[in-house]
Amino acid sequence: MAMMNDSRPHYPDYSTAGAVQHSFNPYADNGGSVVAIAGDDFAVIGADTRLSTGFAIYTRNQKKLFKLTDKTILGCAGCWCDTLTLTRILNARMQMYEQEHNKTMSTTACSQMLSTMLYYKRFFPYYISNVLVGLDTEGKGCVYSYDPIGHCERSTYRAGGSAGALLQPLLDNQVGFKNMQGDAFEKVTKERAIAILKDVFISAAERDIYTGDSIVINLITKDGITEETFPLRKD
Amino acid sequence: MSILSYNGGAMVAMKGDQCVAIATDKRFGIQAQTISLDFKKVFDMGPHLFVGLPGLATDTQTVMEKLRFRKNLYELKENRKMSPKVFSSMVSNMLYEKRFGPFFVEPIIAGLEPKTFEPYVCNMDLIGCPNEPEDFVVGGTASAQLYGMCEALWVPKLKPDELFETISQALINAFDRDAISGWGATVYIIEKDKVTVRELKTRMD
Amino acid sequence: MSSALCPEIPTPGFSFENCKRNATLAAKGFPTPKATKTGTTIVGIIYKDGVILGADTRATEDTTVSDKNCQKIHYLAPNMYCCGAGTAADTEMTTQMISSQLELHRLYTGRVVPVCTANQMLKQYLFRYQGHIGAALVLGGVDSSGPHLFSIYPHGSTDKLPYTTMGSGSLAAMAVFESRWVPNMDEEAGKKLVRDAIAAGIFNDLGSGSNVDLCVIRKDKVDYLRTYDEANKKGIRQASYKYPKGTTAIFPNKTQEYKIEVTEETVTPYTMDTSS
Repeated sequence: MAMMNDSRPHYPDYSTAGAVQHSFNPYADNGGSVVAIAGDDFAVIGADTRLSTGFAIYTRNQKKLFKLTDKTILGCAGCWCDTLTLTRILNARMQMYEQEHNKTMSTTACSQMLSTMLYYKRFFPYYISNVLVGLDTEGKGCVYSYDPIGHCERSTYRAGGSAGALLQPLLDNQVGFKNMQGDAFEKVTKERAIAILKDVFISAAERDIYTGDSIVINLITKDGITEETFPLRKD
Repeated sequence: MSILSYNGGAMVAMKGDQCVAIATDKRFGIQAQTISLDFKKVFDMGPHLFVGLPGLATDTQTVMEKLRFRKNLYELKENRKMSPKVFSSMVSNMLYEKRFGPFFVEPIIAGLEPKTFEPYVCNMDLIGCPNEPEDFVVGGTASAQLYGMCEALWVPKLKPDELFETISQALINAFDRDAISGWGATVYIIEKDKVTVRELKTRMD
Repeated sequence: MSSALCPEIPTPGFSFENCKRNATLAAKGFPTPKATKTGTTIVGIIYKDGVILGADTRATEDTTVSDKNCQKIHYLAPNMYCCGAGTAADTEMTTQMISSQLELHRLYTGRVVPVCTANQMLKQYLFRYQGHIGAALVLGGVDSSGPHLFSIYPHGSTDKLPYTTMGSGSLAAMAVFESRWVPNMDEEAGKKLVRDAIAAGIFNDLGSGSNVDLCVIRKDKVDYLRTYDEANKKGIRQASYKYPKGTTAIFPNKTQEYKIEVTEETVTPYTMDTSS
């Protein structure tokens, strides 16, 4: 088409199609949200079970929590194919670690390895919001959150995924006790943490079209991991 | 980048029991740079009628002037106050007139109906599609955060002082997770016989 | 010349005075933002005695739900209703305006306005704007020649069909119709079919959600069944989030209170003397 503005004559019969730029988008956004809250002797993580793309739902019961060890769980939201690959490689590396050092990885070691693995793909990243929870070597609950290229931050609560922006301020307020005057606030208990977690998902399901169907909640204590599911709205 | 998030701002209105509240932040900025800490975005259009105009600051002020002009003319002509419902249909029609070259504001209207003193809240998109829910409306750059907060905090039949705490906490925690809104906040509680305006103490970063 | 005391009569129709400014902003990298779209499921069928229209009640702005219970079945005339999908403001305003024109037409002609007239007015209006008014409509009504159902596309083309669906959930809803619609259904079966078609959209299309609205139009009676079925209920909160008084920090000396005097006046209407 550049020929059109040229002063040279244009012969339609001899013209050829110009270069056409094709593009391929290697990523898909499959939605989903993850919320994690840690306490002094426990950590709880929940993720919704809707897997979707565009305006369509792939499945209503896709578990997005991955048990790495008896004390560590990873929650993933974002591009599901990347999640599958990442967790597969993660499991392989954890097995190698176990066989080499004759012990299971600690939560802190897992968190560091995940960061390294994400940064390894700095220029073709895994498109995932990762939230890793577990008990550290002292038995305290911890939450690690990541950006897609491996930045890692330890905190006591985090919301990630498609409804991350909706959920995070409520956690700031109800778990972090931000912006409240008054007497010293008691740290959240296991029961309260699970109740808040269910409530933030109820709110997210109302307003985020990619969050819904149900949530899977995993509670990590020194006695092990317990699992619970909770229904959400299905539209 | 959307032009609606050029200046930043967060706003929310909630219904209560025989009362209604509207709350806003006070920041005025140009993208990431903060210019002013007491920028007015909520305007009174009558004793029981408030309008908030989050969006592009220049249009906030232009639209406010146009609305005030049209409201005054109506009140002179009709010799009665404009009810919130009439006011929102006026806003809606004014914005839709500019369907193909809109003003970049997403108005929020809060008020009490005359005579019945029923609470009324309403918001619109930038071309004037009205939304009149039973509970609350949000707007501005922190709208996602506000949806999350309000959806969890709001319950029916809040008394004026409970409504104040709920709307304030919803707004503060929401705009603390938004980089371009915050820097102080104002809350208007509108009741049958009085309007209370409170300034909130917030993070200033 | 206009002044504040004697304003110019505004010209009817759209105003384009901001267009140049907005185009400049768009060129500088600030494109005009998206308006609320109703990612929607709307349907209509013809049954034995008339027409049944159905709609979901979700309005979305990108991936967030902006209205959980909006009305998508709009009134046009006593014998005609119209479901709208697409840009929410466009469907709302277009149906409002056509409704007003239909009422004027009814007063002028002194008879029930035929459905095909509304169809013609809508398509001509939409065609004039070449698809820039993003309204996709399902028009249904009953007139002297029986029940009619039209689907109208944003560019102004129309279909006359016995059953039709529109919006992002149209495929899910049409799947239900294609398998279960038959001519001359009775009312109960018709309502159930429409409910199921909308429910298919609500559950399988992320752009549609919340409740089912129905509108049954017969020869002499219309039933507008707002929230015919509450397909989804909000979850029950596990904890309470009420704050004790004084939780939020304020500047007490900056608090202002305005008293409002409320005067009550009772006006008794009296009947006007129209004898002479």
